[in-house]
Amino acid sequence: MSEINIDMDGLLEMFFEEAEEHLTAFENGLLELEDAPGNLEVVARIFRAAHSIKGASGTFGLTEVTRFTHALETVLDRLRAGSLAYSRELAQVFLPSVDVLRGLVRAAREGTAAPPEAAQIRLALEAFVHTVPVTTTSTEPVAVKSGARDVIVRVLPKLEFMSRGMDPLAILRDLADFGEIVSRDVDATSVPELDVLDPEQMHLSFRIGLRTEKTDAEIAEVFAFVDDLCAFKIEEVAVPVRAAATEIEPAPVEPGPVTVKDAANSAKNPGAPAGTIRVSTEKVDKLLDLVSEIVIAQAMIVDATRDRGNEAETRLNEALLSLDRHTRELQERVMSIRMVPLASVFGRLPRMVRDLASAVGKKVRLVVEGEGTEIDKSMVEQLSDPLTHLVRNAVDHGLEFPEDRIKKGKPEEGIVRIRAFHQGGNVIIEVSDDGKGLDTAQIRDKAERLGFVSPEAVLTSEQIHDFIFHAGFSTAAKVTDVSGRGVGMDVVKRNVEALKGSLSLSTQLGSGTAMRLRLPLTLAIVDGLAVRVGRQTFVVPLLSVLESFRPSPAQVRGVLGTSEVIDMRGTSVPMVRLHELMSEPDAERDPSRALLCIVEANGTNLALLVDDVIGQAQFVVKSLEVNYRKVNYLMGATILGDGRVAMIIDVQSLARNTPRAGAITDVSALASHSASEAA
Amino acid sequence: MSTPQSSDAKSSERGQYLSFALGTDEYAIEILRVQEILSICPITALPQTPPHVRGVMNLRGAVVPVIDMRGALGLATEPYGKFTVIIVLSVKGRTVGFVVDSVSDVLSFDESAIERSPDLGGRVDASLVSGIARTQDRFVVLLDTDRVVGADVPFGLAA
Repeated sequence: MSEINIDMDGLLEMFFEEAEEHLTAFENGLLELEDAPGNLEVVARIFRAAHSIKGASGTFGLTEVTRFTHALETVLDRLRAGSLAYSRELAQVFLPSVDVLRGLVRAAREGTAAPPEAAQIRLALEAFVHTVPVTTTSTEPVAVKSGARDVIVRVLPKLEFMSRGMDPLAILRDLADFGEIVSRDVDATSVPELDVLDPEQMHLSFRIGLRTEKTDAEIAEVFAFVDDLCAFKIEEVAVPVRAAATEIEPAPVEPGPVTVKDAANSAKNPGAPAGTIRVSTEKVDKLLDLVSEIVIAQAMIVDATRDRGNEAETRLNEALLSLDRHTRELQERVMSIRMVPLASVFGRLPRMVRDLASAVGKKVRLVVEGEGTEIDKSMVEQLSDPLTHLVRNAVDHGLEFPEDRIKKGKPEEGIVRIRAFHQGGNVIIEVSDDGKGLDTAQIRDKAERLGFVSPEAVLTSEQIHDFIFHAGFSTAAKVTDVSGRGVGMDVVKRNVEALKGSLSLSTQLGSGTAMRLRLPLTLAIVDGLAVRVGRQTFVVPLLSVLESFRPSPAQVRGVLGTSEVIDMRGTSVPMVRLHELMSEPDAERDPSRALLCIVEANGTNLALLVDDVIGQAQFVVKSLEVNYRKVNYLMGATILGDGRVAMIIDVQSLARNTPRAGAITDVSALASHSASEAA
Repeated sequence: MSTPQSSDAKSSERGQYLSFALGTDEYAIEILRVQEILSICPITALPQTPPHVRGVMNLRGAVVPVIDMRGALGLATEPYGKFTVIIVLSVKGRTVGFVVDSVSDVLSFDESAIERSPDLGGRVDASLVSGIARTQDRFVVLLDTDRVVGADVPFGLAA
C-alpha cells in the first residue's frame, strides 16, 4: 500500500508540473484570442489545456480543480461549437479564471486554502452557459467528422478500484469527451446484497457505445492512470462506409517526456529549488547509444593492452582517442539534459505586459523571438525575476504614452521586443523597446548631484549610462522622477551577475533602449584559462579574458602611490596582484618578469598579475558553498587532472572591488588636464 | 568503527566517541558524525579565510574544506607529523575535514561518567566543549561537533 502511495505522489507531482504548463498555454491562448476572437484553432488549444487539467485532476480526486475546469470547459466548448462568441464580458471572466485555476492547483499542491473568489468566478462562467439559448440538445456538441467510427468500450473496474480515491465517473466523462455517446449500459449484476455490501468496493462495470475519431491507443490513454485497477476492452462495432477509406491515425510517435530527478542541481546550488526536468526520450536514447560506444572503446583499450609491439600501441592510441571523443560527447549530452527552452520564462511575460500596459495606460505589443533557445534549467528559474524586471521597466519607463508617441510621429502602439539566441557558447537575451531612450545629460546631472562622479570627470556616454545600474541611483530616480528608467536596475544587474552573466545597454535618445543579457549556457562547466601564481593554479573564465602579455617596465605605473595601473595603448588598466589577493608567497612580484592577463567585467578592464599561463580547457565548476561558504573573489573550485583542487576566479567580484576605470580616467586626459591647469 | 552489532542497544545509553590527540591532550567527538579518516593529502589554500581554515581538498570529486582542529579550538598550531590525519565529519549535510595530531580510540561513556559543564581553566573555548569524560586513567574533552563545525562553516546556507 505504501508503495502505491509513493508512486501516486510522483504522478501527482508530474500532474502539478504539467498543469503549470497547461495554465501558461491557456493564458497565452486567451491573450491571443483578444486579438483574434474568432480563431477556432486558438480556442481548440485552450480547450485542450483545460481539458487536460480537468482529466488528470479528476483522476487524482482534486474535486475543486475538476469542478472549476469543467465549468471552463463547458464555456469553451460552446465557443468551439460557435454557439457563443468571445466577447469582452467573457474575457473579463476568463482571464481571472486562469488565476483562480492556478490558485486552485497551487492550493491542492501545497494543501492550502482555495482562492476565495473561486466560487464566484465559477458561477460567472456557468452564467455564460445558461444565459445564451442552447441550440444543440443535451448530447455532447462535439463535431463528429468523417473519420468517426463506432466502438464499444467496456470499463471493468476491479473491486479495489476506489481504494486510491479514483472516481469511475471521471473515466466515463473522459470517454464522453472523445465523441458522441451512442449508448451506455451499467452492469450491476455483481452488486451483492445490501447487508454484505462493502461500500468501498467497486461492483459496477460499464459498457459505453462511443462514436469517435480517436484511435484505440488514444482511448486507452484514459486508463493510463488506473491500468492496474481497471480492465478495459475496446471493440469496434461497425465501420461507417465513409470512414473505411480514411486511414486510421497511428498512435503519436513523437518522443514523450521522461522525468529525471534534478539532484545535481540541488547539490550545486544550495537554496535553489530542487525539481524535476522533463527530458525528451530522444535525448535519453542518444545518451544510451553513447554509453555503449564508450563501453566498446574501453573494451578496445583492454584488448589492445594485452599485446605488445607497435601494432598494439597504434591500436591503443586509436582506442584512447575514440574514448576521449566519446567521453567529451557524453559530457555534452548529459549537460544537454539539463537544458530547457527559455519559453518557460517567456511564457509568463505576455500576461504581465498586458496587465501592466492597461494599468499605466499604454498600448504595448510584445514580440518574443527565439523562445526555443535552450539554457540550463537552474538558470531558467533564476532568470525569471531579472527578465520580468527588464520587461516591466521597458513598458513602464521605456515606452511613451500613446499621445506622446503620436506627437513624435511614432505609431500609437509601442513595441517591446524580447529576442533570445545563442552566440559563441553564450545565450544572449535582448529586451528592447522603441520608446524614448535614455537621456545621457539628465543621467549625468543626477549622478553628479548624488556624488557618484565629479563634474570635471571625462566620461563616455556608456560610462554615464552605467550609472543606472548603481545602487542608490534608482531610488533617487523614483523620488525626483527625472529619467524614470532604472527602478531596481542594480538588483537586476546583481541577479544577472550571480548567474555569471553580464548586462549591457545601448540606447538612442528618442528611439529606444535595448538591454542585452549575456549568459553562459550552464553554470556547471566553464571554459577557462589555467594560470599559475606561485605554486598554485587558478582558473580564469575564458569569457572574460581579452589577452595576456608581458609588460615592459615602462607600462607599469603607480597612480597616486596606491593603485598600480598598466598603460595599454594609451588607456590605463588597474592591475590586480593575484598573489597578494590569494596570499600566495612564492610568486613573481615584478610585472615585467611575469605575465598580465587582461580581463573584462561589466565594461571594466583589469590586469591580473600571474606567473605563467598554463593553457585553456573546460573545467567542471564545484561550488564551495556545498560544504563551506562563499569565498570572496572566487566563483568556485575545480578539480585538475592531477586530482588537486584549483580555484576559479570570479572576475566580476574582482572588478567590483577594484577602483573603477571611470574614476581613474585615462592617463592622457589626466595629463592634459594638469597641463591646462599649469598654464 | 567495527563495533559489534550487539552494542546497538547499549549505544543508546552509552555514547560512542572517536578520540584524538592534540599535543598531550585527548579530545573526542561523537562517532556517528565521523564519515571517514584520511591521511594528510594535498590541500589547496583558500584566500580571504581565517588562517586555521587550511583550504580545500578533493574527496572523491567533492570539494571539502579542511580546518585545523588546533586552530579551531584556539590552540597553537604545530607542523604536520607522520600521525597527522584528517577526520572527515558529516554535519547537517556538510562534509568538513579536521586536521588532528592523531586518532586514538573508539570510546564509550556512560552519561553518568560525563561532567557537563566543566571548568577547563580557559584552555579551549568552553562553548565548543560539551563535557568532560573521566575514567580511571583518562581525561577526555568531548567536543560539541555542531558548534566546532558551525564556527567556521555557516549552516544557514545549506541546501
